[in-house]
Amino acid sequence: MVQVLKRKSLALVGNHAVAYAVKQAKPQVLAVFPITPQTTMLEKLAEYIQKGELKAEMIKIESEHSAMASIYGAALAGARVFTATASQGLLYMGEMIYWAGGQRVPIVAAVATRAIAEPWSIWDDHQDFLSKRDAIWIQMMAENVQEAYDLTIQAFRISEDERVILPVMMGFDGFILTHTMERVEVLEDYEVDSFLPPRQFNLIDFSDPIGIGPIAQPDEYMRIRYEAMKSMERAKSVIEEIMREYERISGKKQYGLVECYRCENAKYAFVTMGAWSGDAKVAVDRLRDQGIEAGLLKVRVFRPFPKEKIAEYLNSMKGVIVFDRAASFGSGGILATEVKSALYGSQTPVYSVIAGLGGKDVRPLHFQKVMEDLVNGKLEEERWIL
Amino acid sequence: MSLITQPKRIPKFFRGNAACPGCPIPRELDILLEELGEKTVLVVPASCSTVILGDTSGMPATVPVVHSAFAAPAAIASGIVRALRMRGEKDAIVTVWAGDGSTGDIGFAALSGAAERNEDIFYVCYDNEAYMNTGIQRSSLTPKGAWTTTTPEGKREFKKPLPFIMAEHKIPYVATASIAYPFDYQAKVKKAKQIHGFRYIHLLSPCPPGWRFDSSLTVEIAKLAVETGVWPLFEIENGEFRLTSVSKTLIDKNNRKPVIEYLKLQGRFSKLTEEEIKEIQESIDEMWEEIKAMVKK
Ligand SMILES: Cc1ncc(C[n+]2csc(CCOP(=O)(O)OP(=O)(O)O)c2C)c(N)n1
Ligand code: SF4
Repeated sequence: MVQVLKRKSLALVGNHAVAYAVKQAKPQVLAVFPITPQTTMLEKLAEYIQKGELKAEMIKIESEHSAMASIYGAALAGARVFTATASQGLLYMGEMIYWAGGQRVPIVAAVATRAIAEPWSIWDDHQDFLSKRDAIWIQMMAENVQEAYDLTIQAFRISEDERVILPVMMGFDGFILTHTMERVEVLEDYEVDSFLPPRQFNLIDFSDPIGIGPIAQPDEYMRIRYEAMKSMERAKSVIEEIMREYERISGKKQYGLVECYRCENAKYAFVTMGAWSGDAKVAVDRLRDQGIEAGLLKVRVFRPFPKEKIAEYLNSMKGVIVFDRAASFGSGGILATEVKSALYGSQTPVYSVIAGLGGKDVRPLHFQKVMEDLVNGKLEEERWIL
Repeated sequence: MSLITQPKRIPKFFRGNAACPGCPIPRELDILLEELGEKTVLVVPASCSTVILGDTSGMPATVPVVHSAFAAPAAIASGIVRALRMRGEKDAIVTVWAGDGSTGDIGFAALSGAAERNEDIFYVCYDNEAYMNTGIQRSSLTPKGAWTTTTPEGKREFKKPLPFIMAEHKIPYVATASIAYPFDYQAKVKKAKQIHGFRYIHLLSPCPPGWRFDSSLTVEIAKLAVETGVWPLFEIENGEFRLTSVSKTLIDKNNRKPVIEYLKLQGRFSKLTEEEIKEIQESIDEMWEEIKAMVKK
């Protein structure tokens, strides 16, 4: 008989939920640089350290470029590491993001997604997060504060799994999740400890010195990239395995690369990523009440892209609408492009909707309306909800 | 005592590397590693040293080497030292080995940040006074009047006074050195090794192809840089300024050779006019007046 524990639940805003998960994961080196909307997470972590609840070195660094560089160095030398950023900070980190991905070190970074200037906008969209899609990082997006907490703990484990060894980016929507308070069920410290054993990775060994990240001749360079690609592919099943283990421990959630909401017998589906998946679910329920057989496929893991799962769920649909909070200008929604390529060869028409850029409000009503237009044959291939 | 002694790995830079003939870098690394010993990590940003330190098929260094993006070495080193400290490796010396371009230009924010935080790292800038790896473009540390591919008429601005800027960070140790005075350099590395906190050595490194001189003249030119007063050898320990080696005698202007001796051996200065040479001489004399004031107090 499965014993269901009564979980401890806390009222936490997203930033504090992630900070709490990070504290439980016990990183040894953190680098911090403020940027809205993730700043209060780093402040919380500083407080944990100051109170002695987290024993870690916190580098109060002078830029994001250096933040990523410093935890990259710390990770090479065997420490479990963490940092967080958003928007301009993620862009400024850019060079080091690729550096860490190319070297394949276990790092966890939280990205409180936010629009990119210019014009300035502190509000949410996914342009920052998705700009790093080819940096050899595992990328996951949370739907709500609970998921942000859960995915953060899972991220450390996935990143350090010896079949994977890749940095992981945990995205969660700026303000919508970072600053919204939710009831969060948290694991006990001992449970996290058993799920996440101490780190076994260190490349700096004085008795066996190696050169880390030297020049590679073309053959070697290509081989190293190929290995990274294989590791990404392997990560798909490892992530699922680790998520299942997490479900067992936490006893509460359905975790996987994607999440299917009422899509088994659906004829039409939304595809979403991140916080507005909740709004899309509301819209699905309302559309069902109207007699439209709608469903939702939520992409939780964006890299490696779960194209097999997407094809499996969507290839017999009558129409798929991908909602994007980011555009590839001149090409359409970024997630939509990915979904189209996953469905290559099937007859399913894929529509791209770009909405919510720079924090523009999107509600269940918007989802409903677009679906109604699709069913009535009135949806164009690419629509911007302005 | 056991009769069988373990053969000891010599903590030295191996022979056979990709440096140009006459390049001082291998010798400079030799001296550095000999003094620092086996428990050293080298952090090396994009530069000639990236190439010299080998590729994925092997490397000439005998200690762990972490290659770094151009702007990042001081930050990467900060992370490494924090992690090693958490691991209990308190005696490891995390050393940045970086060119003037990384140090004075693109990596300057990271350098200044690490110095301000007084990170427990050792930073050595080997200054060949230009971006050599990309083909001799000017840096902020290229001296006034020098030809580079991006200053075909000679650089118009003065060299950024990096050792003094570093000293303004109030770090525990700052020094200059020259490959022509290996014992002076060695002594400074040795001293820096004993100190905790941010330590900085700035090493003038003549580059035959970049400075346009014959590869047999490297040491000669490095020596002239000191003897003419262009490159004073000093150290600033906890704020206390001290000239070292022959530079001590150069306070007296009569002991300094005229700068032309140094300039005339280098093709990069061949287009200088009399007037410009005079101006360079004056700026050196001026610098020495400032040094004089520092020595006195
Ligand atoms: C961000 C970035 N910009 C440009 C380069 C190209 N680059 C590589 S080495 C180098 C110059 C290095 O100059 P310096 O630091 O003085 O070292 P040296 O080559 O003289 O040894 C440049 C510009 C780079 N690697 N990264
Ligand atoms: S270009 Fe100059 S610094 Fe670079 S390897 Fe050659 S001699 Fe050395």
